[in-house]
Amino acid sequence: MVRLFHWLFPHPLLTLLLTVVWIILQNGFSAGMAVFGLIIAIIIPRITAAFWPERPGGFRVGKMISYALMVLWDIMVANVQVAWIVLSVPNAKLKPAWIIIPLDLRQPEAITLLAGTITLTPGTVSADLSQSGHYLLVHVLHTEDADAERDAIKSRYEARLKEIFI
Amino acid sequence: MTYEIIALYAVSFCLIVGAIFTLVGAIGLLKFNDSMTRLHAPTKVGTVGVGALLLASIIYNGVFGEGAIQELLIMGFLFVTAPISANFIAKVNMHRRACDAPPALPTGEEWATFDLPATDNALLEDTIPSN
Repeated sequence: MVRLFHWLFPHPLLTLLLTVVWIILQNGFSAGMAVFGLIIAIIIPRITAAFWPERPGGFRVGKMISYALMVLWDIMVANVQVAWIVLSVPNAKLKPAWIIIPLDLRQPEAITLLAGTITLTPGTVSADLSQSGHYLLVHVLHTEDADAERDAIKSRYEARLKEIFI
Repeated sequence: MTYEIIALYAVSFCLIVGAIFTLVGAIGLLKFNDSMTRLHAPTKVGTVGVGALLLASIIYNGVFGEGAIQELLIMGFLFVTAPISANFIAKVNMHRRACDAPPALPTGEEWATFDLPATDNALLEDTIPSN
């Protein structure tokens, strides 16, 4: 029974996500299209399971939601700061810098989420990983103190992600 | 009646905020003179600019129309795909040496984007002038 469940739902969260996306796309609710969305959401993960053999580990939903809210708030605050930099700092005085972030995270999903967060919060763009995946290369638009920037990212985002992904 | 007026003000506010951030993103794209710093401008437009415009659309449709939440999907897909495109543009910049060279790693390994088979690296040296 468990094996049948695993065969039918290789990624249960993906199935759930696809159903919700299908229902939102229809812009109206009826039982028929919800069932059709569920059928599609079962077929697609089944077909693509070969490309994604490992089942991702679990994560804590409550902490994930508070993390998402915190990132949304950070995006808004940082946007205002960067808009100010764009409008007020002349090119000659701009101090862009590369910073290297040593990663404590090991799960690929967690590192992807961290890199995405870094790019979405304005002023920083994640550029590359090292060969082993233990270092992250980040470009900063304007900074006086690159080390402080690195510590801020590590303590604010990475520490929280370590608690989210078990 | 009054809550329609409040909604109208909220829609206008969101439209103005979105338009301002889109404008700032465009100004940044024009002003910066290095391809890596230029990359920072579109990530702003992609988040707060588009986010505020879509929020205006959600409020307008919710109060005056039939209600639509498909905008949430647009926002979700933008938030997922914007970092990936920015990441690829950054990698292209590193390969074309259009920016300052990234610092070397403390452990002596190489950044993953330069980790190519030897023949691929030879091809790169031939086709891309190192300026």
